[in-house]
Amino acid sequence: MPRLPKLPAPPLPSALQAPPPRPGEEVTKGGPLEDAKQAGVTVVDWIDERTSLSGVGRWLLFRKVPKGTNWFYTLGSATLFAFLSQAVTGVFLAMYYRPDPAGGAYESIRHVTNDVFLGQFVRGMHKWGSSVMVVLIFLHMGRVFFFGAYKYPRELNWVIGAVLLVLTLVMAFTGYLLPFDQRAYWATIVGVNINGTGPLLGPYLSDFLRGGGEFGATTLSRFYSIHMLIVPGLIVALIGAHLYLVTKLGTTAPPWLKAKERSELLETEV
Amino acid sequence: MNQAQKEQYLREYALLKAEGKPFFPYAVAKDAVMACVVMAVIITMSLVLGAELGSKANPTTTTYVPRPEWYFFFLFEVLRVIKPPNLTPLATIGVPTIGLVILFLLPFIDRGPERRPERRPIATLTGIFVIGAMALLTYEGAQAGSPTAIETPTPSRVRAAGGALLREFEAGKQVVAQSGCLACHKLGDNGNDGPGPNLTHIGSKLYAQGIARTLVNPTAPMPSFKNLPPEKFKDVVTFLSQSK
Ligand code: HEC
Ligand code: HEM
Repeated sequence: MPRLPKLPAPPLPSALQAPPPRPGEEVTKGGPLEDAKQAGVTVVDWIDERTSLSGVGRWLLFRKVPKGTNWFYTLGSATLFAFLSQAVTGVFLAMYYRPDPAGGAYESIRHVTNDVFLGQFVRGMHKWGSSVMVVLIFLHMGRVFFFGAYKYPRELNWVIGAVLLVLTLVMAFTGYLLPFDQRAYWATIVGVNINGTGPLLGPYLSDFLRGGGEFGATTLSRFYSIHMLIVPGLIVALIGAHLYLVTKLGTTAPPWLKAKERSELLETEV
Repeated sequence: MNQAQKEQYLREYALLKAEGKPFFPYAVAKDAVMACVVMAVIITMSLVLGAELGSKANPTTTTYVPRPEWYFFFLFEVLRVIKPPNLTPLATIGVPTIGLVILFLLPFIDRGPERRPERRPIATLTGIFVIGAMALLTYEGAQAGSPTAIETPTPSRVRAAGGALLREFEAGKQVVAQSGCLACHKLGDNGNDGPGPNLTHIGSKLYAQGIARTLVNPTAPMPSFKNLPPEKFKDVVTFLSQSK
């Protein structure tokens, strides 16, 4: 096996360098395992030399979280996992779904539910996952609210979170129509009508949702593209911004915690 | 918060952070446990509750009660609580919009330095009140299923007339019962009191044409029923205009 080229090693102090082989000692050459390990290291080094991603990784992973961080602080990442589960199951559903109001939509969902291997399971995960995500996002918001974590300097992250809440509800609303069964159809008509009673933008919003003045053929494909392209894209981008700010500002400590006295800290930590 | 309080907070926070532990592996471990719980719950729900599919959407019959997903019940319930028609826009969009604006602006409304829940009673009590109200409205919304039968007796006047009138009246009663009207209207002892008006005596308030016009071109949130087949539509109008 040819050796892969290696980056020049940094000069090590002699104490840390491997001792040269003694006379007569067998020089152990790295076996295939050693080669494979080296190849991995080399690839990572190669990428890191060009991107400095390892710094980002360190910044993300080895930042400190304050004393007292408890289980309530897992609700945000739990919401993130629910969202990821929705994304994965949604991609599988999209492989079968046809946004065709003339019967194709209903038929494709029936096909997924009844014929496709594990289809009903994946559809069930997507359907119930939406409830789980809505519950988790409200719990996360509740944690942030009662801990006063929306105050200086995290106001902007609260606003981003509120947009995420609205977008999550938009996902739930648009997804509900897609199976195009009786319940989906009539509940969505009523929902769009409710939108239409809104002040100023209301009528325009419901015209936009319907794709015209009537609940018709374009409505379903419009809901579909909102549900699987526009809003998920926005959510991903905003989650990115949300987590950037979380990392940059750090998560709050529970509000009832006080830091140790300065002097005490100076003695022990410095 | 003024500048001094901000700096005080940042100092305090820096100290607490210095006393903390690295995100990896301590917080990551908790997050991973939580992620497993979330996945387990979703998978269990999918296996136990499945994913049903109702009958195909059909604009000409609404044999299904228009009902949103459960986490929107509270919005629908607001409609039922705020009933007078001239206030409907307030209920449909007004209250949710105001709620949303407050939600967005919260960090700019509540700018005090205090973070402990028990030391900012207004915020904490408001939060508890909002959660309680939403839970109550969701619960009420979940209770308000709508029956699919109408038990009002056929008036003797219609029975005496018999013939086509009686037939259309009975057929219309069936259609109304099965068309989700009861989700929003009350008829006799059946249905929900709101968001739509009580239809028990609608015949003495509106003529047949008026009712037909409402069905074709209703005020939101009521859906339009102009796609009902003509004879069913006629039955509905007869039934309602005879319900005096
Ligand atoms: C989503 C809820 C909803 C559904 C479903 C619904 N309605 Fe309505 N309906 C309303 C609301 C709200 C009003 C009041 C509108 C107004 O006053 O401007 C209304 C008004 C009416 C009126 C006029 C009442 C009056 O006093 O002016 C009639 C008649 C009526 N509905 C019949 C029906 C029938 C028949 C059905 C079923 C085929 C039905 N509605 C389904 C919400 C609904
Ligand atoms: C898609 C939805 C969301 C995701 C994936 C998400 C994710 C996260 C994560 C992982 C954290 C780190 C700390 C923690 O887990 O508690 C966090 C913190 C935070 N979130 Fe969210 N969040 C979402 C929605 C929201 C909503 C709806 C709000 C409020 C309106 C919000 C406001 C905040 C704030 C202010 C913080 C900082 C809290 C602190 O520093 O203690 N987020 N979010």
